[in-house]
Amino acid sequence: MFVLEGQGVTKYFGGLAAVSDVDFHVDQGEIVGLIGPNGAGKTTLFGLISAALVPNSGTIRFKGENITGLRPHQICKKGLARTFQSVKVFSDMPVINNVVLGVHFGTSERVKAAQAANEADRLLEFVGLSGRAMVPAKDLTLVNQKLLEVARALATKPEVLLLDEIMAGLNSTEITQAMELVSKIRAQGITIFMIEHVMKAIMSVCDRIMVLDHGKKIAEGTPQEIATSKMVVEVYLGE
Amino acid sequence: MLEVRDLNTHYGKVQALWDISLEVNEGEIVALVGSNGAGKTTLVNTISGLLKPSSGSVSFLDKRINSLPAHVIVELGISYVPQGGKVFPEMTVRENMEMGAYPIRAWKQKDATFEQVYRIFPRLKEREKQLARTLSGGEHQMLAIGRALMSKPMLCIFDEPSYGLAPLLVKEMFQTIQNLKEQGITIFLIEQNVRRSLEIADRAYVLENGRVCLQGDCVELLQSDHVRKAYMGL
Amino acid sequence: MIQLSWASIRASKSYLIPGIILLVGLIVLAGLPSFGPKYSVIFLSTIFMYIVLTTGWVMFSGPTRQISLATAVFFGIGIYIAAILGKHMPLLVMVLIGGLASSVMALLVGSLTLRLKGVYFTIFTFGLLELIKNAINWYEVTFTGTRGRFVVVVDNNTIYLYMLAITVLTVLTAFLIRRSKYGLALQSIGEQEEAAAHIGINVTLMKVSIFAISAFFMGAAGAVMATRWTYIDPFMAFNMNYSFTPVLMAIFGGVGQLGGVVSGAIIFAYLEQILITKYPFYYMLVFGIVMVVSVLFLPNGLAGVVKNWRARTTGGRYVRT
Repeated sequence: MFVLEGQGVTKYFGGLAAVSDVDFHVDQGEIVGLIGPNGAGKTTLFGLISAALVPNSGTIRFKGENITGLRPHQICKKGLARTFQSVKVFSDMPVINNVVLGVHFGTSERVKAAQAANEADRLLEFVGLSGRAMVPAKDLTLVNQKLLEVARALATKPEVLLLDEIMAGLNSTEITQAMELVSKIRAQGITIFMIEHVMKAIMSVCDRIMVLDHGKKIAEGTPQEIATSKMVVEVYLGE
Repeated sequence: MLEVRDLNTHYGKVQALWDISLEVNEGEIVALVGSNGAGKTTLVNTISGLLKPSSGSVSFLDKRINSLPAHVIVELGISYVPQGGKVFPEMTVRENMEMGAYPIRAWKQKDATFEQVYRIFPRLKEREKQLARTLSGGEHQMLAIGRALMSKPMLCIFDEPSYGLAPLLVKEMFQTIQNLKEQGITIFLIEQNVRRSLEIADRAYVLENGRVCLQGDCVELLQSDHVRKAYMGL
Repeated sequence: MIQLSWASIRASKSYLIPGIILLVGLIVLAGLPSFGPKYSVIFLSTIFMYIVLTTGWVMFSGPTRQISLATAVFFGIGIYIAAILGKHMPLLVMVLIGGLASSVMALLVGSLTLRLKGVYFTIFTFGLLELIKNAINWYEVTFTGTRGRFVVVVDNNTIYLYMLAITVLTVLTAFLIRRSKYGLALQSIGEQEEAAAHIGINVTLMKVSIFAISAFFMGAAGAVMATRWTYIDPFMAFNMNYSFTPVLMAIFGGVGQLGGVVSGAIIFAYLEQILITKYPFYYMLVFGIVMVVSVLFLPNGLAGVVKNWRARTTGGRYVRT
């Protein structure tokens, strides 16, 4: 049984199939990459998994349970968290409160205020935002806002984490740090499904890569297989 | 063409830029590189009129522009592609691009420019009639660049144009920027992708903590230890 | 501002002095019927009413950023409960039922409409007011033959004490919610609803709940105030002023801070009472001018002014980090 899988997942917007009959699976402990040209349907697929969107057809299973039709907060409580391509931090509140919210509401446990604050502190340190706990989230740089989203998602104690282009806009050093963070997260036992355009990161960190184009899955395999696939090079990689 | 002299900008009480001086000459590609938070977007916002500097000047074609409102600056021939490609969500792709052709001189050449831009970004033609908000993140970026090109600028300022673009598109994007240079458009390029920017640009400035810490010929900068260590992870 | 637990509030020194002042103030207010001038009791009851309506409105519309114009609906339901039931049961029970009835209406309306975005929600709530007003009017004309009802009479001192109690409860509830994780969650809903849902917050449940809680206090206040008017009809009970005025008061006082909201209500209500007596024909004009001025020059209301003054004297702002 795969921790996360989907069969025949399809989503139409008007007459346009954003995601068309996509099968996918992620095994416990894997880091799976999702790549494809802009507009291929990657973020839409994430939206379907996290229940931000409802599929027109197909099923999605999480830990063997059919989660199609549940609502986002329910899916979060079951152990699936995500970050957003266009960063959605809670701008007017301090960094730490962003994470505290994840601690309080992300699981079905009741947590006391002091405990939540401690947990949030620990998570901020884990992602590298320790000194910034009291800063309003809107005053963070883009990179740090992305880290905050990760910390917030981790606060919900997920078993599967969906990362949507967290490396966009990062320089080389920051990309290396982000890659280390992803590895650290996997070392905690969390399965990762990540959308990325930064090839250096995807190729070195992922166990397996899935390629979408125009809503369809066109390739799947190890990083080596994908890097050498003629079709993928033509459609996406370019060199 | 563009000259910035001793520019200082504040956000409220906090100073973000210190004594910035730089210039972009006609026909050049000048790159501005630096980490997140170094002040690149602040500098660009000041140049394009969205922020007012506390001291110093910005001149375009020997005319002071730092006290002018943004839309006048566009009429003068400066086009700005914002980071994250801000598009008009409730307008179609085509309408967004028409908005780009708003300055009078650009409006007249509208149809020819449409052809040009669609050739560079065929996907935009595919999605011509779609509402901009239905586009993916990277497509927003494409659209924003297309829109900026529609205004037939003399100087084009790109703020992180490769952000969120697929590798193939990143390659095409930098190719496009080089093509634009060949068509006589002067380019000021702000980028995180230091290697590629330095490869296509003539000169570059390195911004750190709101100050210009390095500048010069790109070939030299690519060899510089500091640049290689700090920005290229080598 | 990490959330403070109830225990740490009690323990914290910075709450000690304001706490004592409040307590003393409350005791004085409670004793007012006995030794204060007669008019003050009536005057203050009206001010309490506005504090309840304004604080109730902010409880929901503040964090969620969905502007509700249904305040008059909930207030009016309370009024009508008083008219219908007041003669048959003790005052306390009637007031509680008034609050509950409004809550139930809020739950109904909320679950149907909270998905509406922005302006549409606001217009709907306003339409609801008109709907209920005319529905009841039609009912009365058709079935009871007369329009309006008499309300049981209650003496002014009792009204005053009930309003004082409701005000204290409303403000206390608003304060506690704001400080709790639910208040934080509501704020996150207003800022990034999708992200809030994705970290486990049941957005619909939260919004409907706070809507219903705020309605309870509005209904209870309505039930009490009705007894002062002795005779009510649908147009008096469901008066759109009670929807708009709390919004104005909250904006004037500063929506972000509870202290601002309450101050806004007090100042505005006080102004209204004074202006109505001195310039019965011009007071609305003065109101309008005050509103325009405060929106133009005090975008964060009075609370914003206080905050800026404080920031200037303690210095410092955040750098991009």
